[in-house]
Amino acid sequence: MAFDYDKYIRPGKLPHIWCPGCGHGIVMKGLIRAIDTCGLEKNNTAIVSGIGCASRLPGYLDFCTLHTAHGRAAAFATGVKMAKPEMNVILVGGDGDGTAIGGNHFIHACRRNIDMTYIIMNNNIYGMTGGQFSPCTPTGAKASTTPYGNPDPAFDIAKLAIGAGATFVARGTAYHATQIDKLITEAIQHKGFSVVEILDDCPTTYGRRNKFKSVIEMMNRLKDVAVPVKAAEKMTAEQLQGKILTGVLYKEERPNYTDEYAKVIARAK
Amino acid sequence: MEKKLPTIEIIEKYCKGCHICVEFCPTKVLEMKGFVASVKNLEACIKCMQCELRCPDFAIKVSA
Repeated sequence: MAFDYDKYIRPGKLPHIWCPGCGHGIVMKGLIRAIDTCGLEKNNTAIVSGIGCASRLPGYLDFCTLHTAHGRAAAFATGVKMAKPEMNVILVGGDGDGTAIGGNHFIHACRRNIDMTYIIMNNNIYGMTGGQFSPCTPTGAKASTTPYGNPDPAFDIAKLAIGAGATFVARGTAYHATQIDKLITEAIQHKGFSVVEILDDCPTTYGRRNKFKSVIEMMNRLKDVAVPVKAAEKMTAEQLQGKILTGVLYKEERPNYTDEYAKVIARAK
Repeated sequence: MEKKLPTIEIIEKYCKGCHICVEFCPTKVLEMKGFVASVKNLEACIKCMQCELRCPDFAIKVSA
């Protein structure tokens, strides 16, 4: 049976602003299915975003939503979670918003292990502002500000999150649509800061400049580079060259900030 | 016994013509009609829901 997305979408908001073939819509569907699986209540769920294409997502969803300053989703979400610890807080954003402008907020949210879920849609570029290179643009790739190829190495968001102290880190792709909701479901159910990086495609500003002929070619690239963590264990380093691991990459249990802060409040009384 | 066919509803107002549904349908049920997707061969549909799952624009609804 068809899944009823309409009950989670604000009436009259569709069609969305994303370009033809943009994977953000696929991620949004995955998020909706995950929220449905977790049974989160609309009035008890806050979806927070910064600025960018991916950050337009909360505008379409019929929950408590917050569209904040560029890169500051984690900062505002921390405020929401501290004021109402019982609320489910989900952050959404792109790679530029999360790791460049909001890089500092991102690593400190990971460090504090605040019980929130951060979904980062990594399309390797700043799509909305005209295709400038982001910290996740691969070395050699072309962007509007690197017309002769990007000299910088790219961030590995998952490794960054693990290094900064996030307690649940997973990666999926827009091609593997059924995996998205499983990863997000697990991330929401995890107590602590969870990061889900979804590799995405930006046909308009990234694909066009980097010799991708179509959306389908970009989707097939995601299919080709993704290797599930379990399959990767049996592969040699040579076979893993140029591949990207997907699935749950890291998970640990650690005291989370909300509970620790409640103890501070109790001590102060 | 006659095979019960599913209904594939395509909301043309939402479709942006990205070709994802047409390309990833395993039995080639869909085709592009101008700028929007349309159903070409409903008999071939195996109700795998790939088109609905992958459509980034919430434009396809398949009901069995």
